[in-house]
Amino acid sequence: MLQVRNLHVSIDGQKILRGIDLDVQPGTVHAVMGPNGSGKSTLASVLAGRDGYEIEEGSVTFNGQDLLDMDPEIRAREGVFLAFQYPVEVPGVTTMYFMREAINAVRKHRGQAELSAGEFLKLAREKINPLGMEADMLKRAINEGFSGGEKKRSEIFQMAMLEPKLAVLDETDSGLDIDALKIVADGVNSLRGADRSFVVITHYQRLLNYIVPDYVHVLSDGRIELSGDKNLALQLESRGYGWINDEVVPQAAAGV
Amino acid sequence: MSSAVEQLEGLTAQEYKYGFVTDIDQETLPPGLTEDTVRFISAKKEEPEWLLDWRLKAFRHWQGMTEPTWPNVSYPKIDYQSISYYAAPKSADDKPKSLDEVDPELLATYEKLGIPLEERAVLAGVAVDAVFDSVSVATTFREKLADAGVIFMSISEAVREHPELVRKYLGSVVPPSDNFFAALNSAVFSDGSFVFIPKGVTCPMELSTYFRINAMNTGQFERTLIVAEDDSHVSYLEGCTAPMRDENQLHAAVVELVALENARIKYSTVQNWYPGDKDGNGGIYNFVTKRGACRGKRSKISWTQVETGSAITWKYPSCILIGDGSVGEFYSVAVTNNHQQADTGTKMIHIGKNTTSTIVSKGISAGVSNNSYRGLVKIMPKAEGARNFSQCDSMLMGDRCGAHTFPYLEVRNKTAQVEHEATTSKIGEDQIFYLNQRGIETEDAVSMIVNGFCKEVFRELPMEFAVEAQKLLGVSLEGSVG
Repeated sequence: MLQVRNLHVSIDGQKILRGIDLDVQPGTVHAVMGPNGSGKSTLASVLAGRDGYEIEEGSVTFNGQDLLDMDPEIRAREGVFLAFQYPVEVPGVTTMYFMREAINAVRKHRGQAELSAGEFLKLAREKINPLGMEADMLKRAINEGFSGGEKKRSEIFQMAMLEPKLAVLDETDSGLDIDALKIVADGVNSLRGADRSFVVITHYQRLLNYIVPDYVHVLSDGRIELSGDKNLALQLESRGYGWINDEVVPQAAAGV
Repeated sequence: MSSAVEQLEGLTAQEYKYGFVTDIDQETLPPGLTEDTVRFISAKKEEPEWLLDWRLKAFRHWQGMTEPTWPNVSYPKIDYQSISYYAAPKSADDKPKSLDEVDPELLATYEKLGIPLEERAVLAGVAVDAVFDSVSVATTFREKLADAGVIFMSISEAVREHPELVRKYLGSVVPPSDNFFAALNSAVFSDGSFVFIPKGVTCPMELSTYFRINAMNTGQFERTLIVAEDDSHVSYLEGCTAPMRDENQLHAAVVELVALENARIKYSTVQNWYPGDKDGNGGIYNFVTKRGACRGKRSKISWTQVETGSAITWKYPSCILIGDGSVGEFYSVAVTNNHQQADTGTKMIHIGKNTTSTIVSKGISAGVSNNSYRGLVKIMPKAEGARNFSQCDSMLMGDRCGAHTFPYLEVRNKTAQVEHEATTSKIGEDQIFYLNQRGIETEDAVSMIVNGFCKEVFRELPMEFAVEAQKLLGVSLEGSVG
């Protein structure tokens, strides 16, 4: 589904990603972990197509298409979803209106009929209740006056509405208490399926107790230094990120 | 309901779409302004002696006045002798008795503007007074209004049919000597609308005027007068367009509102005069004086304006709150793009006790334009318990435009409560990207963000105007981001 090959990215001349390789098969959940400044969020932003990043080398293919060549809205319509680490507020624009425009833009792109107001509302209610939110939230302006937890839950709601093929969750666990974390994880788990993949970016192992990944990758200094299964996350939890730089990297360099 | 974004999609591909010229027989006065010009206009309209005198007095006053230079706008000096002060479709000589008799070319023009008079009248239940260049062309739905006792006609007709009312109220809110442009208007106004809502009557429909400047080198000087007697209520809409021409054209209108006890007047404007081209050539100079007097207790005047057009806008719809407990409101969206300049705002003069006023101003600047809010809140010594709330928000698109706020506050009663909030923001790349990431393209994302920013004002507009305003915003800001 997603192939990242030798991806080098810089911001304002500063190298952030130094050769990322990542293969995401349909139906799998990949966790990308790493210390602050390792390039995790950059990877998420580049996949979603945010401005300001210079691709110096490498390629990203999504379902056989060159992802880097698409505008952000086309990527979204093709099925790439980014759950933002810091969802922005858009005063005066209701979540309902926004989501309806979004879902219809996506449906139109996929050759599906647009949803009527009634159909949309029905769908929205279905998707919002399991997240412990009231349909009233739809009438509020996008993220305006939302608590941290509400913002993150709104991101998951939007994901559920748009039914992406690839969802990138950028530190969705940050700032969540344990109850909110469980709700968010349940939301993600309910969307897991044979043709939907997830890239879960997180600093902490905690989230991965609830969203159990198929693969775990450790990002350090712009490279994936180590990949493994869910046990790698537990190892990291007990040994800390220092372990990667102190032991794993030197060993790799020495060809051990 | 089809979404605003969809409607915008169809529109964003265009530039100013009302820029066509209608080829009809015009009777135009040669350029120049003397006492004879004033006499000619007055004679043309078969006006009574008192009105001619009133005009001449205004003209003589105007001759001794100088153009104001305090607005935050710049433009080459206007040669008032090079403007023609009267242009009328020729067929106006024998004024149409019904819509069937209106010049079909003219009706076609209105149709192009999106206001088919008949249909609009029938379907929307809107009574339309259409002012083409200087003359009121057709007033629809007059009979139904007359049954309710409402007078809605061109001001020229009102002078003939209800001289006592016109004489009583004309110039009583904006005196002829008020300011340079008001004096000029008083001398040469050619037409406009007159509305009278008698005591206890709620006007059975929205009243509406469309202004159109068609002829070349003409100025348009309408005069609108609305009087709402005790316990009456009226909502009035005004829309404006003009053809695209390379020269600048002058529009100097005066609007006067009078609200007596418990009366409510809601005045909404969607102004879309030709703004000039991308390089700042041509466009309308929109120098307008609008003022309402809340004379009666608990009366209310509410101004809502969406200003997207004109090369230069200079207007301050204001309220004089005389009656105790009277209420003044001003809701404004002013959009400037390319080389447009706007200096707009309001004046709220609190004279009566427990008077309240609300000001919500949203300025959006793009291109190399300049957008200024200028507002005065004045609390007079006897205005016990007066309250004002002002909120002025500016949004900048790009880094070559300007937003300015000039709030003036004069509080002469210590029981008054006055609040002022102001914000300036740049349209966020982050916001646009967020919407992009959900599948919405940039143009639509910008419209959504801007419309959200203006929501508090748009919700004050009557429904169909709100839709029109949203569309206009999309067109005005086309190409200003990305």
